[in-house]
Amino acid sequence: MGNRTIKVGALARVEGEGGLEIVVRDGEVKSAALNIFEPPRFFEALLRGRGFAEAPDITARICGICPVAYQMSAVHAMEAALGVEVTGPLADLRRLLYCGEWIESHMLHVHMLHAPDFLGYAGGVEMARDHGDIVRRGLAIKKLGNAIMTLIGGREIHPINVRVGGFYRTPRKRELATLVDGLERARDAAREVVRFVGGLDFPDCERDYIFVSLRHPGEYPFTRGRIVSSRGLDIDASQFQAHFEEFHVQRSTALHARMRHEGAPYLVGPLARYALNFESLSPLAREAAREAGLGPVCANPYKSIIVRSVETLYALDEALRLIARYEEPEHCAVAIEPRAGEGAAATEAPRGMLHHRYRLDADGSIAEAVITPPTSQNQGMIEDDLKSLVGRFLDLPEEELRHRCEQTVRNYDPCISCSTHFLRLDLDRG
Amino acid sequence: MNRRVVIGVGNPLRGDDGAGRRAAALLRAASPPDVEIIGRDGEATALLEAMDGAELAIFIDACASGAAPGAVRRFDVARAPLPQNEFGASSHGLGLATAIELARALGGLPRVCVVYAIEGESFTQGAPLSRAAEAGAIEAARLALAELRAS
Repeated sequence: MGNRTIKVGALARVEGEGGLEIVVRDGEVKSAALNIFEPPRFFEALLRGRGFAEAPDITARICGICPVAYQMSAVHAMEAALGVEVTGPLADLRRLLYCGEWIESHMLHVHMLHAPDFLGYAGGVEMARDHGDIVRRGLAIKKLGNAIMTLIGGREIHPINVRVGGFYRTPRKRELATLVDGLERARDAAREVVRFVGGLDFPDCERDYIFVSLRHPGEYPFTRGRIVSSRGLDIDASQFQAHFEEFHVQRSTALHARMRHEGAPYLVGPLARYALNFESLSPLAREAAREAGLGPVCANPYKSIIVRSVETLYALDEALRLIARYEEPEHCAVAIEPRAGEGAAATEAPRGMLHHRYRLDADGSIAEAVITPPTSQNQGMIEDDLKSLVGRFLDLPEEELRHRCEQTVRNYDPCISCSTHFLRLDLDRG
Repeated sequence: MNRRVVIGVGNPLRGDDGAGRRAAALLRAASPPDVEIIGRDGEATALLEAMDGAELAIFIDACASGAAPGAVRRFDVARAPLPQNEFGASSHGLGLATAIELARALGGLPRVCVVYAIEGESFTQGAPLSRAAEAGAIEAARLALAELRAS
């Protein structure tokens, strides 16, 4: 038992391709390596020489699960470079589109990818055979996310209606009104989902994370805000590279990231957003969180399933609020003149903060693009979680141990394809 | 009225992965008027919704089984699951085979549910359909049409 290697050749129920190798010596976890072998995709090079206006459609292709996040970070960074600010109903529509993506992505992960870990099933299909009503409810909520994406984005995946400066077409009030009944039903159902996940069995473990997310007065963060941490960092998105550094490790085609001054990995995603923005959740979402046993900070990574469910409830609540106050804008986009400049922006993808920085030439063509996805930022923390948490499970039979390791990775809802710029589990016990 | 649907599955920007979409497009002009013809990229929950409430669903998808390029095979998935390793080509691992098993688990599998699989040759980004896959799409459309007319 003292020495062994746990290997997961190819992680299941994660987006993209990666593996895991954990080395145990004398009953202690010596190392945990997340191997990301998804081939690099070179999007940043692909963007060079293209017009600024092409960035939202090109970057949307980075991910089929979170294309809105890529589009939103791209348009906000471009607008920063071009000296343009999008406000009012156009900003609200962007926030509404983001609600749609969170609802879709979180409900897929909670029901098809993560809940089977807690209930002892190999996957969502096996779980559906015994818990059809739970899966049906989750998929019905997800459908509302799709409906928002289709109405505002033009289609469910890789939206085509987002442009630098606004949209190509803005919806009529009466079109948005058609979503209200469904959203209200989904909000009631999401409340039930929070109760359900709050009742799951969780390993008892709290971690001392450095949380990093956006924060903006009065709103739970989607598209704007300053970058803040649980250690007091408070910076503008343009200062990201001064405080965070990306670096290459041989086992991953995705760059790792750490905080420059602390030299330490940090956590982005639902737990970080929740801890740094609890007060900005709607009263309904806060109440549901409390009812599910969460305080204002949650540092148990396995409970990320509860936080995702709370965030889904919030997104539905927020979507209804945004629709209620929507007034059709006079213009669907702000006029833009190309100019040389540099701009950066971060937005909150479902799996965490996503930072883009662009440098533009005078004709508006892209001279440089740097994209820092959430999963690549979280790699160091995933490995730290495995190092500190797997030790307590070493007495488990091999298959259960391997499963617990995979579950520990799935806590992050990793999006490996996006991050390559990622799973096999190899556990070496000597 | 009983809903009948043909669902072309695949990404037309990935060479022969678009063969199922091509077959569905061919059927659009020729199939009985009550039949809905739709295209999907292969994400499982979208496929689940596409067959929701249908009495009959025909999926046409590309596959990579090692058979001769363009070969068309028919699977009666109302009777038995698809071979997962040939149809799992979705980045979340949740593709057509998952959609069909999810529908079966949730009691929503159409009474008649068939998959036509067209063997692809090349799945290169941005490439057109290979000649073999084009011929396979025409053959799959012909077989699906005969099945729709007979049902």
